[in-house]
Parts: sequence; C-alpha cells; structure tokens
Amino acid sequence: MSAVVSALPAGRAPRLQLSSDDVVRRGLMLVIALYLVLALAAPLYVLLSKSMSTYRFDLNAFEIQRSDDSGTAFGPARTVAALNADAKAITDAELDTGSDGRLSLTKLYEDFSFRSPVKYRIRGTTNDAAFLVGSDLKRGTDWVEVDSNTFRRVVLRPGRSVGFDNFVAYFSTPSLAQAIWNSVLMGAISTVLVIAIAFGLAYALNRSRMRFKGLFRLVMTVPILVPSLLPGIALVYLFGNQGLLKGWMMGHSIYGPIGIVIGSVFFTLPHALLIISTSLSVADARHYEAAAALRASKWRTFWTVTVPGARYGVISAAFVVFTMVITDFGLPKVIGGQYNMLAVDIYKQVIGQQNFEMGAVVSVLLIIPAIAAFFVDRIIQKKQVALLSARSVPYEPKPNPGFDWGCFAYCTLIAAFILTMIGVCQLAAMVKFWPYDLTPSLKNFRFDLMDGGGWASYYNSIEMALLTAVFGTIIVFTGAYMVEKSDGFRAGRSLFQFLAMLPMAVPGMVLGLAYIFFFNNPANPLHALYGSMAILVICTITHFYTVSHLTALTALKQMDREFEPVAASLKQPFHKLFFRVTLPVCLPAILDISIYLFVNAMTTVSAVVFLYSTQTQLASVAVLNMDDAGDVAPAAAMGMMIFYTNIAARLIHAAVSRVLLSRTQVWRGR
Amino acid sequence: MKFRPASVLAALAVTFVASTAIAETNLTVYTAIEAVDLDRYKATFEKAYPDIKINWVRDSTGVMTAKLLAEKDNPQADVVWGLAATSLLLLKSEGMLEPYAPAGVDKLDKRFVDSANPPSWTGMDAYVAAICFNTVEAKKLGIAAPKSWKDLTKPEYKGHVVMPNPNSSGTGFLDVSAWLQMFGEKDAWAFMDGLHQNISAYTHSGSKPCKMAGAGETVIGISFEFPGAKAKAAGAPIDIIFPEEGSGWEAEATAIVAGTANLEAAKKLVDFSVSKEANEMYNQGYAVLAYPGIAKPVEHLPANVADRMIKNDFEWAANNRKAVLAEWAKRYDAKSEPKS
Repeated sequence: MSAVVSALPAGRAPRLQLSSDDVVRRGLMLVIALYLVLALAAPLYVLLSKSMSTYRFDLNAFEIQRSDDSGTAFGPARTVAALNADAKAITDAELDTGSDGRLSLTKLYEDFSFRSPVKYRIRGTTNDAAFLVGSDLKRGTDWVEVDSNTFRRVVLRPGRSVGFDNFVAYFSTPSLAQAIWNSVLMGAISTVLVIAIAFGLAYALNRSRMRFKGLFRLVMTVPILVPSLLPGIALVYLFGNQGLLKGWMMGHSIYGPIGIVIGSVFFTLPHALLIISTSLSVADARHYEAAAALRASKWRTFWTVTVPGARYGVISAAFVVFTMVITDFGLPKVIGGQYNMLAVDIYKQVIGQQNFEMGAVVSVLLIIPAIAAFFVDRIIQKKQVALLSARSVPYEPKPNPGFDWGCFAYCTLIAAFILTMIGVCQLAAMVKFWPYDLTPSLKNFRFDLMDGGGWASYYNSIEMALLTAVFGTIIVFTGAYMVEKSDGFRAGRSLFQFLAMLPMAVPGMVLGLAYIFFFNNPANPLHALYGSMAILVICTITHFYTVSHLTALTALKQMDREFEPVAASLKQPFHKLFFRVTLPVCLPAILDISIYLFVNAMTTVSAVVFLYSTQTQLASVAVLNMDDAGDVAPAAAMGMMIFYTNIAARLIHAAVSRVLLSRTQVWRGR
Repeated sequence: MKFRPASVLAALAVTFVASTAIAETNLTVYTAIEAVDLDRYKATFEKAYPDIKINWVRDSTGVMTAKLLAEKDNPQADVVWGLAATSLLLLKSEGMLEPYAPAGVDKLDKRFVDSANPPSWTGMDAYVAAICFNTVEAKKLGIAAPKSWKDLTKPEYKGHVVMPNPNSSGTGFLDVSAWLQMFGEKDAWAFMDGLHQNISAYTHSGSKPCKMAGAGETVIGISFEFPGAKAKAAGAPIDIIFPEEGSGWEAEATAIVAGTANLEAAKKLVDFSVSKEANEMYNQGYAVLAYPGIAKPVEHLPANVADRMIKNDFEWAANNRKAVLAEWAKRYDAKSEPKS
C-alpha cells in the first residue's frame, strides 16, 4: 500500500476557500480603507513633505556685469557668489528664507550710488533662476540691463530645496518657540482643573443620592453643542473691559492665559465628565463593605478604593482634555490676546503671512504631543482590568443628607457657570449696541449685512452636518462591521484598525492644512473636490472618525460571533444577516453615531477653516470671521443659532430613537 | 386660432438661437470688498455690460491673497476686483497678473496705478489709517484725545491702545510700513517700542480695533476710517482722528489674472472699474477715490481725508514686507502676556 501512496503525485496544499461573501466583505473593507488612505494618510504625508520644503537664495544661479562710468563698456560677468566672496556682504544665515524672500544686491558694491551713471546687467545662469526688477518678475538667462537707480530695486528670489531648515528657523525665533511652551502650560493647567472639577461632578452624580441628577447631566452636556469660540465670546462679555462682572478680575485682564483656561474648562468639561463618570458608575460594593469592616475612615476608603477604581478613566480623560486644549484654535483666537499658542500660530502663518511651509512646520510640531498622548493612553487602556466580575455586588450609595446637599450645591455652582456663559451670549445677541444702547433688537441676527457669509452660511452648515451624519454613519459602520465580523485577513484588519484610530491624534487644523496641500494640487485627479461641499464633508467625517468607529465597534462586539457561521450554514448571504439582524440590533449605536457627527459638524471650526469656499461658508466659521472683524454681538448670535439647531437635532434624535427602539429593541427587555 | 405645432417649434428654435447668440460670459471675480457692497457692484456692472455675469468669490484680504497664491499654478479667477494693491504686487512678482491699460486709465490719480507700462493693476479707492477714540470711556478715565501718532506713546494711554498685528492683518502692516516711511527706520522702531508699552492687545483683523473702541473694550483703536464711520453710524461714541503726521493708506485695486480664458470680458470689467461711474459707486463707502475730483464727502468723515495720506511706496512695502514683519515679530511678538 505504502508504495502505491508514495507513487501518487503530491496533492494541492489544503487552502481555505474564499466564499463570495468573503470577497465582497474584503472588497468593501478595501474601499473604506482606501477612503481613509486618501482622506487621511496621503494628505498627512504631503503635509510632512511640505514642512521640509525650504527656500534658499542660490548665489551661483545669478550673474552680474557692471559697466564703467560711461555706462557702455561692461566688465566681465561674475556670479553673485563670486562677488559676495569678495565683498562678504551677505552672510550665510541671510540666504535661508521663505517662499516670499527677497535679497537686495546693492550691498555687493561698496561704492554703490543710485545717482552714478554706472549700469548693471543681470541674468540667471539657469532657466529657473528668478529675480525682480521692482515688482516685475524676470526669469531665465537673458541679460536685463538697468541703470544704477533701478539696480536698487533689483531683488533676487529664492530657489526651492529640501531640508530641516524650516524647523531650525522656527526654533530660533523666540516668539514662535514660546508658543510651544505656552500651549503645553495651558494644556497642563486646564487639564488639572478640568479633571478635578469633573471628578467632583462625576462623584456627585454617581455616588450621592442628591436630587435632579438627570437635569444636571443634561446641563453638563451643553458645552458640546456650541463652537469653542462661544465661551471666548461669553468671557469677553462677562469679564472684558466692559464686562458685567469685570470687578471679579481684580485688575487682571481676561485676554490671555486666564481666559484661555476658563474657556478650556468650559468646553472640555463634558468630555472629561463622560469618561470619568463611566469609570465611577461601576463599583463593587464588596470592596466598600470590606473597607468598612476594616474600620477604614471614609477619607482612606476614598483614596484606597474609589480613586484606584477610577484611575484609568481619570488618566484617559486627562489625555483627551490635554489634546483638546492644545489643538483647539477658536478659543485662544478670541480670548488669547497676545498669548501665542501653536494652533493660533498655524492660522497666523497661513492666513496672515501666506507662509504655508511654516504652517506645515507648526502642524508637524502640534501633531507630536497629540500622537504621544494618544499612544500613552492606548498603553494604559491595555492595563485596565475588568472591575466587575460575575460575583460583584453593585454599589448603591446610601442617603446622607449633609453629603447629598453638598453635592447638590457643587453641581448647582457648575451648572450656573455653564448656563451663565450661554445666557450672556444670548443677552448680548439681543441688544442693539452693547454696552451703550441696551434696547432689545434683532439687528444682530441680520447676518447678511456682515462679513462671514450671512444666513447662507447657516444653511450650508445644516446641509454639511446632515451629509456628514448620513454618509459618515454609513462609512463608519460599514468599516467597523468589516473589521469586526470578517475572518482571516489579519494584517489588513489591523492596518485598517490603525487607520481608523489615527484621526483621534490629528488636530483639526493640521488635517485642514494637509487637505489644502493634497487636494489643491492641479496634478491631483481629486482636485475637483477642492472648494466643494464634498471636501468639507470628507474632512469632517475623517476628523471625527475615531470616536464613531469605537462606538460602532462596541455595539458590534456585543453581538455573538456565532451569528455569521449560523447564517453561513443556513446558506444566507451576509448582507441579509447584516440588514435583518446586525443593523436592527445596533440601531441605538447607529443613531448615537449620527447625532455625534451632526453636532460636531455644526460646531467644528478648526478642520474646515482652511477649506471652505465662498459658496460653502459655514456658520461656525462665520462666528470666527464676524468676531475677527469686531462684530462680536452678531458672532454671539450665530453661535446661539448653532446651539439651538443642535438642541433641536438632539430632540429629534431622542424622539426618533424612542419610536425606532420601541420597535427593534424589545428583545433587550426580556 | 388653430394650433400649429410647427410654428411653435419654429418660435422656440428662434428664441433658442437668439439666446445663444447673446450668450453671456461668466467671469469668476475674486474680491475682498465689504459683503454689503457685493450685490450693488455686481448690479451696476451688469447693467452697463448685460452680456457679462460676475460670479463673486469673496473673503478677507489675507485669505484671498493666500488663496490666489495657493492657486498660482492653476488659477481659478479671471479677475481680481477689490484687493489691496500690496497683495496684487505680491501676485505680480509671481508673474500671475496680465498687464493691461484700461480705457481711461490716464484720468486716474497716478498714485493709484501700477508704475509699469502697461500697468498690472489699477486702483479703485483707498482706505486710510485712522485712530478710533472712545469719548465716553476716555472721559471716565480722564484721558485726552491724541492728536498725533507720537502722542500714543504717552504714559497716560498705557493699556488703552489696541492695534492690528501686522503679521496677520494687512491694515497692521500698512501702519507699520507708513511709520517706517514717514519717520525713517531708526525713529520708527523707537516709536513702535514706545507704542508697544501702551498696547493692550494686537488683534488679527484691521477693523476690529475700531469696533473694540466703539464697544468700549478699548479707548483707542488704531484702524482705518471706514469701520470708524460705520461704527459711528451704528451709535458708537467715537471720534475718528487722523494723526497730524499723516496716515498710511492702501489702495483697493483691480487686475486681470494671467491665463484667463475670458480675456475680452475681463478687459471690459477692468475698463468699467476705472470709469467715473464705478468710482461714484465706490464713493458710497470710501472717501478717497482713484478718480480725482469727483469724491463727495462720506458721512462722519472729514472732507479732506485725501490730504492726510502720505506718499506711499507700494513697491518698497511689498519688497521689504518679509524683513519688516520678521523684525516686528522679533521685537514684539515675544510679549506673551498683556501687561495689566
């Protein structure tokens, strides 16, 4: 027998056959991965290469001839480099410049006088060498003859090269390097404050028996519904030189670090509260019983049981807040005064000075702490162990009137702070001319008379937010489904997962600037998207991709992986399973993703501020531009319009959820 | 009457042919003029040239300049109508403008026309540096109105002056370049050193200091005359002061973008932009016009604004811009906190 077997030819190696389902799934995953590459990885790569693109005067690229006093007999042609070797007039440091650099030549000639009859001829030695006579651009190797007076007006233009010079230039400018320190300092102070306040709130909401918990939870989410510029505007009205509560500042100016910190606390608080509250909401009562049995004081129990249980949430929240503060641009723009921060620096470099290369440099710098925070957070998350096991007994706080009323007072204080900030904006938006004419008026809502795009920008914002919510939810959920429910193809899936997590670490401004470089390149076939509504939608979806992706993943993980094999054994195609089972089960998460995308699309400024066009101005950008132009009250009015729209969206979301969930989620109750 | 489909078709065909015969040209026009003026300028032009339609693309001066530069290798605009002359010089030095001498250019004030022949840009009107002074707040604090730029360095104004940051605002640069041209380099920097001691904030936009003065957020806002007049009309208690040394100014100007597919229509627009009719149109907001002798006084502004303008060398400003801004940033940007 064995002889017969050995005589048989070797068979085909056994291999798992790809079913048509698998092919479709991998195809879909590839499509969404391609989307992430085009909308994220490629623009970031172009941004990085732009930050390395430098400009330098190449003195060997120009030649000059000089005549004698007759103005007719010219001496030999010499390169500018050779002339400078003699005159030593231009130092090496002067040669490094930006895209708009200009180098004057008169200092090459010690005896230069603009009245002299001497004439000059100048030309490039290559076809690319460029120089200006006055403001006329000359290029190439033809001689250009000028008299002495005109030679004053001849300046060289720099050539392009690649290197780290931009970074060197950035760090050697003290005011710019200061921005890094300022950003880190503001981030650190705000983080400490927000975490302390949010921990107190989360503790009160989860570990006390105070009343109106639901109402407080609702009020605490209000800051999510407004652009980060709005707290800045509110602070101007509260504590500015004409502020209602100016006396509270005790002579200090709100414009600067104080304003940045207070505003940052306002707009990051809901995010920190959400994360910490989640980690405090679960607790094992047996730990507290053990602590009580060991006669530990309340204080000691707090530090040995409560805090360690919540520490991962606290650390995670700290990184989220820190990243948000250093990458936010709206708030320091409005209230920062002269306090220079990295995110504002990008705006100043790009919009103020058209220095795109330096903008790219600052972007790269801004990405570093954000990515570092992101990875540290990931490592810490991995260490997190489940707090709840099957034998845990849920902790129930006992009534304690003194403590409960303390919590109530604390929550009321924070809620009052949030509502005052919103209220003062509403007030300022409704009066005629703050602070000199306080008669009620709707004049500030006549946006068409101001810079910023008028009412059209408001409707554009709603359109953009709706498109983002619809397409974003489809893309994100499909991507998450393919990652979670596909078998095999491990490398592809982990690469996809990495791409999906990356947007969390990329600040909005950086993404926006990267989009300019990538899409506004005529050689790019996607160039047509530039300036369209589509690019705003793509940018916003990408910017808020990670949180949506994680929400979808969490919902999908709740579903047993047995569903797919069962469907396959019943010979049901996966799309049938997807639409009949997966989608209805995950409906709550899908609705959450879409409202998350809608609200953020309404309020985002940083990602879209470089990308909007005249036809696609947005309400959030209008707030920025109106404030910029000094029309602060209309800016507040537009901010309030965004706020009301988001409230309406939330209400619709709640109503739709209730109807749909009563139909699809009955099984959860069983 | 009997219905005849053939005749209806024929009529339709005639209408169609007629409508294509006067096919209109669409011009993409980049601009930084005030949002409220867009419709008025468009309507006036299209009345004069019914076969040309304007599609506005509008943004602030800085953003518009950045956009044009970013599109250097693939320009989207046909014409730029209403952008700072300094910005247009920047575009000219990139070879982005099509030189053209519009009909009637010789009637314009020479200061408002590019020095090259044919000119690459032609001016419309000017905005002039001015100080907005809040009289109500000044009275409360007991400080007197400044008369000159040099007055602003007096200790009594400490913490009460706001000006635009030249690194992010064209108006801010206009002020700095004017001081450098008026006082000479050494004195100008000494003046700015003194002024810096009194500044409470450098803003990002040029009109904001004046609006801040109007709202009492500051007493003195270094800005230009246009937002001052507007704020005053809205009820702000301010005086608009033109310092006695003279004021820097910037021309709003027009240019054809090189490579436009609609050169003929673009030329017509530029012809119109320098016409007397167009200048009268600019006069509704701007007191100083490129077309001499026709300007009527603007409400809340003195009649002689044009006399306050210094001799401004746009070319010098454009070619020294980078060096001046770098020096300014080195001296004053490092101030990290407003001194209170």
